[in-house]
Amino acid sequence: MKITTTSNTRFGRYGGQFVPETLMQPLKELAEAYAHLKEDPQFMRELSGLLADYAGRPTPLYHARSLSRELSRKVYLKREDLVHGGAHKLNNVLGQGLVAKEMGKTRLIAETGAGQHGVAAAMVGANLGLETEVYMGEVDIERQKMNVYRMELLGAKVIPVKSGSRTLKDSINEALRDWAASYENTHYLMGTVAGAHPYPLMVRELQSVIGTEAREQILAAEGRLPDSVVACVGGGSNAMGIFSGFLADETKLIAVEAGGRGTSSDEKIADHGACLNLGEEGVLHGAMTKILQDPYGQILESYSVAAGLDYPGVGPELAHLAEIGRVTPAIADDETALEGFRRLSILEGIIPALESSHAVGYALRNPDALGDLAIINLSGRGDKDLTTVMEQERRRRR
Amino acid sequence: MKLSEAFKRRPLLIAYICAGDPSPESTPEIVELLARAGADVVELGLPHSDPIADGPVIQAAAQRAIEAGMNTNVYFEMASRIRADLPLVFMGYYNMIYQRGLDKFAGDCANSGITGLIVPDLPPEEAGPLREACEKAEVDLIYLVAPNTPAERIPIIAESSSGFLYLVARAGVTGTRSEVLLSTKALIERVKADLPKAVGFGISTPEQAAEVIRAGADAAIVGSACVDLISKGDLEGLENLIRGMKLAIREVKPIEAVARI
Repeated sequence: MKITTTSNTRFGRYGGQFVPETLMQPLKELAEAYAHLKEDPQFMRELSGLLADYAGRPTPLYHARSLSRELSRKVYLKREDLVHGGAHKLNNVLGQGLVAKEMGKTRLIAETGAGQHGVAAAMVGANLGLETEVYMGEVDIERQKMNVYRMELLGAKVIPVKSGSRTLKDSINEALRDWAASYENTHYLMGTVAGAHPYPLMVRELQSVIGTEAREQILAAEGRLPDSVVACVGGGSNAMGIFSGFLADETKLIAVEAGGRGTSSDEKIADHGACLNLGEEGVLHGAMTKILQDPYGQILESYSVAAGLDYPGVGPELAHLAEIGRVTPAIADDETALEGFRRLSILEGIIPALESSHAVGYALRNPDALGDLAIINLSGRGDKDLTTVMEQERRRRR
Repeated sequence: MKLSEAFKRRPLLIAYICAGDPSPESTPEIVELLARAGADVVELGLPHSDPIADGPVIQAAAQRAIEAGMNTNVYFEMASRIRADLPLVFMGYYNMIYQRGLDKFAGDCANSGITGLIVPDLPPEEAGPLREACEKAEVDLIYLVAPNTPAERIPIIAESSSGFLYLVARAGVTGTRSEVLLSTKALIERVKADLPKAVGFGISTPEQAAEVIRAGADAAIVGSACVDLISKGDLEGLENLIRGMKLAIREVKPIEAVARI
């Protein structure tokens, strides 16, 4: 008997389970538990309850009047920045936290880059009474001291990652290594739609609440579907969350990746995080997807002013949707994002996260790509980024 | 030498080193030293930037090797320069193979004297295309069995594997451990296969090597302990370690010369 690739772990050519044998059983147990629980009405009631009362859902779909005027078309913002914790990350974390609890796990581990997912994991760990440890690169710890302190306040332990490039990709490596040894009592709470099956599927489904709400809300407000939905993409969880509500429609789905400092790369470091646009097929963190790599298959470090987009891979489902033409990849560089950051603050009185600013900045510079009616997914708020933006401005003045 | 040939003289000692650490030039000499000291098979690791199955010792070695100029081209040139009379086995991550092209990679192995491949992040579910390439090039593709591999999965892995079966001694990543766990012994008993069984992950002393052979393994694999000594420049220590391990396993079980017809 020969095992053939089971198609339900894949999105077209992408996805799969490229992991050590030790992780095959934990992934199988997780996939089975999740598949069972999502059909369990009591579990779903508990999740909906927490999403409403703890996270603050549904989030508004806001008609951004000044931005609309500036772009000469109607633009709505999906206000994920208003979710508890300040970003869409909590939607996924609450779901996985409950799954972990149902599976009898007592400990959560998570990776974090900028700290947003780590903070969400720490919140849920505190809320559900699960011990929480967050892997964070030494470089990121230095860049995001405030979020480290927030996680500690919430009772989580932050473990500095000293290997490799000491950033997000290495934190995922460390979390996977930890999980291979600890899965009997530990759930690995992955923050994005990347990694081995079932993570890309599970995280997309847990984030799909964004798209489900947005679709209902735009139909109620406008009586029609939008011409486009714009979202920033790092790993791709906020994008897949909102896109999933419109996949079966005609709506254009625009995935804005980090253009960073430019589109070139040297031997070890790319100047961007644009995997859908500039990456090549390869395996990272357990999935076949589009990645940034050298000709031999070594993974490059990525770069973006937005730490949440600073990742050399992308969710396999996005790679697939881009390949079949359902999702339109786009790029916004640091400059464009910073312009989005400032303009939205001035125009609407909303300070967007630097990640979300990529979607805003793209819209500002490419209004014609949006059609007459657009939704921008405002995946997070920008308070966490003030130091970074101040630093950028200081550098520019020099 | 083919693996099937080598396994006629079990028990075997298999040594892992990270190719290119401390420098690409040093590796052939280190392999020859290992052979002299009694290693029966050498696993030649191709360093990867993101080695998710490896502990800190091999991670650090991989980073040093990459910085010293190691890449896949250099790897195969180096392998073809190795003159030791023992089977060489590739160990490395799938993306490195995928980028070169599966057929080309398997062919390069065959042409440079590498007789088998171990790919720790490639379970049988994803290995179909590489297995075809390996069959074409007539090199073995060796699969891993972990302590948490369910019983019903073991025969499937065993049937896909060729050369030998790699039994992962314990959950987690590569690295040295203080004891051989009961679960390792249970795993050796649990795995029923026609292929030879080699046990690795966490074996760093002659006593541990002897223990897994006593428990029924056909080979003991030592990795991080070798890499650690190489990183300290202690080649004499490395030679002593391999000698000691070989002696220990041969004491447990004298060579089963031309076993089982």
